[in-house]
Amino acid sequence: MIQATRLSNDYKFTPSTLDIEKLIWSRDFLGCLQCGLCAGTCPLGYTMNYPPRKMILNIRAGNLDKVLRDPSVWLCISCYTCSSRCPKNIELTDMLWPALRDRALQEGFQPPAELQDAFEKIYKYGNVLGQSPKKRLEWTKPLDFPVLNLATDPRPVDVLWAVECFPSYYPRNQIVTRSFAKILNQLGIDWGVLGHKEKCLGDCDRLYGEEGLFEILLESNIELLRTFEFNTLLVIDPHAYRALVRFYPLYGANFPAKHYTMYLAERLDQLKPLLKNPVEATVTYHDNCCIGRRCGCYEAPRQLLEAIPGIKLVEMDRNRENALCCGGGGGGMWLDAHITEHGGYRLSDERVRQAAATGAEIMAVSCPYELSRFEDSIKVDGLEDRIRVRDIIELLAYSMGLQEGGVV
Amino acid sequence: MKISVVIRQVPDLIEPLTINSTGTWIDYEEAMFLVNEYDDHALEQALLLKEAHGGTVTAVALDFGDVEETLYAAAAKGVDRIIKIPYTGEKSPSPLEAAPLFAPVIASTSPDLVLVGVQSYEELQGTFAPYLAHALKLPYAGLIQGVEAAGEGFVRAYKEFPGAAKALLRVQLPAVLGILSASKPPRYVPISRVRAAMKEAHFEEQEGPLGEPAPGIHVKRLFYPEVSGRAEILEGSEEDIAAKIIQIFEEKGVIS
Amino acid sequence: MSARDIAVLAELHQEKIAPITYELLGCARALAEAAGGDVVAFLLGGHVEALAGQLAAADRIITVEDPALAGFSPEPYLNVLENLLQTETPRVVLLGSTTIGLDLASLVGARIQAPVVTGCTRLQLAGEQLTVLSHLYAGKMCAEVEVTRLPAICVMLPGSYRERKEGGRGQVEVRPCEAPLPAGAVTFEKMIFPEAGDIDITQQDILVAVGRGIKQQENIELAEELAEALGGAVCASRPVVDQGWLPTTRQVGKSGMTVKPKCYLALGISGAPEHQEGMKNSHLIVAINSDPKAPIYDIAHYGAVVDLMDLAPVLTEKLKARKNV
Repeated sequence: MIQATRLSNDYKFTPSTLDIEKLIWSRDFLGCLQCGLCAGTCPLGYTMNYPPRKMILNIRAGNLDKVLRDPSVWLCISCYTCSSRCPKNIELTDMLWPALRDRALQEGFQPPAELQDAFEKIYKYGNVLGQSPKKRLEWTKPLDFPVLNLATDPRPVDVLWAVECFPSYYPRNQIVTRSFAKILNQLGIDWGVLGHKEKCLGDCDRLYGEEGLFEILLESNIELLRTFEFNTLLVIDPHAYRALVRFYPLYGANFPAKHYTMYLAERLDQLKPLLKNPVEATVTYHDNCCIGRRCGCYEAPRQLLEAIPGIKLVEMDRNRENALCCGGGGGGMWLDAHITEHGGYRLSDERVRQAAATGAEIMAVSCPYELSRFEDSIKVDGLEDRIRVRDIIELLAYSMGLQEGGVV
Repeated sequence: MKISVVIRQVPDLIEPLTINSTGTWIDYEEAMFLVNEYDDHALEQALLLKEAHGGTVTAVALDFGDVEETLYAAAAKGVDRIIKIPYTGEKSPSPLEAAPLFAPVIASTSPDLVLVGVQSYEELQGTFAPYLAHALKLPYAGLIQGVEAAGEGFVRAYKEFPGAAKALLRVQLPAVLGILSASKPPRYVPISRVRAAMKEAHFEEQEGPLGEPAPGIHVKRLFYPEVSGRAEILEGSEEDIAAKIIQIFEEKGVIS
Repeated sequence: MSARDIAVLAELHQEKIAPITYELLGCARALAEAAGGDVVAFLLGGHVEALAGQLAAADRIITVEDPALAGFSPEPYLNVLENLLQTETPRVVLLGSTTIGLDLASLVGARIQAPVVTGCTRLQLAGEQLTVLSHLYAGKMCAEVEVTRLPAICVMLPGSYRERKEGGRGQVEVRPCEAPLPAGAVTFEKMIFPEAGDIDITQQDILVAVGRGIKQQENIELAEELAEALGGAVCASRPVVDQGWLPTTRQVGKSGMTVKPKCYLALGISGAPEHQEGMKNSHLIVAINSDPKAPIYDIAHYGAVVDLMDLAPVLTEKLKARKNV
């Protein structure tokens, strides 16, 4: 006899209490109408034997075992489209998938090899690229000014900038990171970074079933951040932003986090006079899933772009809450092989075609994964002569005369 | 089947290695450690055999190089017994010093099969696995890429040969096998399980006598190989470059 | 029987002399020429006398035949070697860092209580002292080792010495086994070869890798010809596989395979971190990319900033011409 768990309205699951069987019988999930909107709207729904709707149905029917061993478990790239469209506002991306994956790992099902590798690297080195923590500040070397490393010189700052993994270590991203450092200085902001003590904020682990790893990182990060005094915790990674505003508070940590687009948009009056050099180009902005669909921040990035002289902003058909995910998501970066094996494709390949179709010469982004993903897709699609990818930071830096390399 | 596995920690190469003050070995002070990749495979192979045929798996490790983390993960993966050997040396013991240290402890577990990683990148004076077999007076075969049970008292082992070939060996137990890779890659165990093991797992301790260093051989110095930095760019016409490349191939033994 | 000789364990693979043997002979000849003594090759197997003539770089070739030595199993080999080393008393015994050499080196060392050094790349012999250069820590460290107790057993890394196929007296001695050798607890049953079908690039010694610079599927043929001329195989970075120009079994990189060949010749590969991850530990990396700023040059040992379409055919032609000489 299947029993429904009666839970009070304000019962909240945290990553550590997430349990797929309790979740399926919770009030929220019992509200699933089986309408199929999630499956229909998912960009990779067609590859899944068990899209969200079917997952819920089957788990309720006692087929959890079948679902756990199905490749569908690892096909979601966390784009939040299903969650944002679900008529019953069920937290599919943040609850169903993580709970399912956590259970799969607990039962000994092996995650796709790339993902396993990512978890191991984050656990061992605190960053997904498997680079030494001591090299966290390598990106600062080409700068001609010192960067305040709060790990070695702790003091109160106005802005604590959590640089995150890709911006710290990945060569293409390091250009953007340096540009942002210059912008902060130009604005006269008192800022510092965490140096070798910085660790991944863990959102991707949480989404992909490693709740244990997320907890370890969260505990370590909370302990570290509490030793510092700052007014704003600034991030350029949208996933870090979401983790800080949505999940860290569940553990009692309410840090004043801002994504750079929001932070700079608030200072537009100060920023605008500094944007001297025009960027004579048609630009289209790609809304990333995390600050976009998940957090509803669509206008701040656009305000920044429109403030740059010379830019002509055009929109893709799928923009704002309808934007198509780049496929990198909170872990999709490590599922490309698994996804292609099961009939999927790299969503970024399609997205750059959509961008090029607008006639834009520049595709502007505000998420670290997108630079490499879109640049790669542009090569694959043969669009190198038509469109290029730039982070908004790079465009701002160019306009402020701070750019690396001279060209934008 | 009673299987015993040796687990060794090695310095993580993600950090540049520093040479110690006497210049004769590396300095372990600043090093990060991780499990020797081949020992990790040996552990996986042991667990696979246990899952397929029943029995117990015992892991034996020196108390050195942050080994506890690896041992908790091993416990989370389902190892039945974990024995730590106390060790106060400043550096990893050489293979000849280590074999007498491990042998009595392993012998006390009365194993049918002993699995140990075939190599570790710290080894210089021979390799540990065959020395261990010699100390245990057991037969040995190395570079094994998979082990299966083959009836009472025997296993089948696949030994790597060039060109992706494998030699099928029939091994009469008890024996020591030097593992190159397990039949499947080492399993992933979720961190929550490792954390649980940290609270529940219990390690035994057993001592062994450290062996003497090998006589008549000593490491005069350790040094960094010449760093090439960026690539040496070959110049000239395509003809010139092709000729230079062939010369490089010949020198490096790529072509004969 | 001189206590000055250099002994080499000849290796067989599929009933032919394995190339590493000629490298070991090259090393032995170099040592003998500098420090005196004979180069003595030990040739063990089921039927090997006919192969002895191929070890002409040795001064003496001692052959031992027995059915138990037909396929490699450690114990019979160990027993024969132990016996041989009691009558022959070389200063140095050379084995290859191979599936056979690595098994036997320490087993023999333990039996006869001889020092063993692995990962050797260079040896110097002066009287009763042997100086060895070795690599450890995955090539990140070198060690200089002094050995004063001989015989010493040295396990040589492939590619350390040039092959020698002649230059010795080539005198063959057949040593019969007094009694059939006992099989031992580990017995060789058979050799299993990979299935016909796509190759395993992780097992290849030489890889010719193609990236986006190859531009079209038709051009992959250029790489295949070059690979054939080198005796290697073609592999690719992810974009090439994504296009469907090569199967996923050929993909190198983060979402493909990790390879460590003797030689990785990268054609038109920019060297993004994800690709580097899959091949950075290759022993020799040669990069051909017309972009001088391509990140592949950060990890390549050699490079040429030319168009691969121009270079590849020329290189192939030269390689083929070499073979025909």
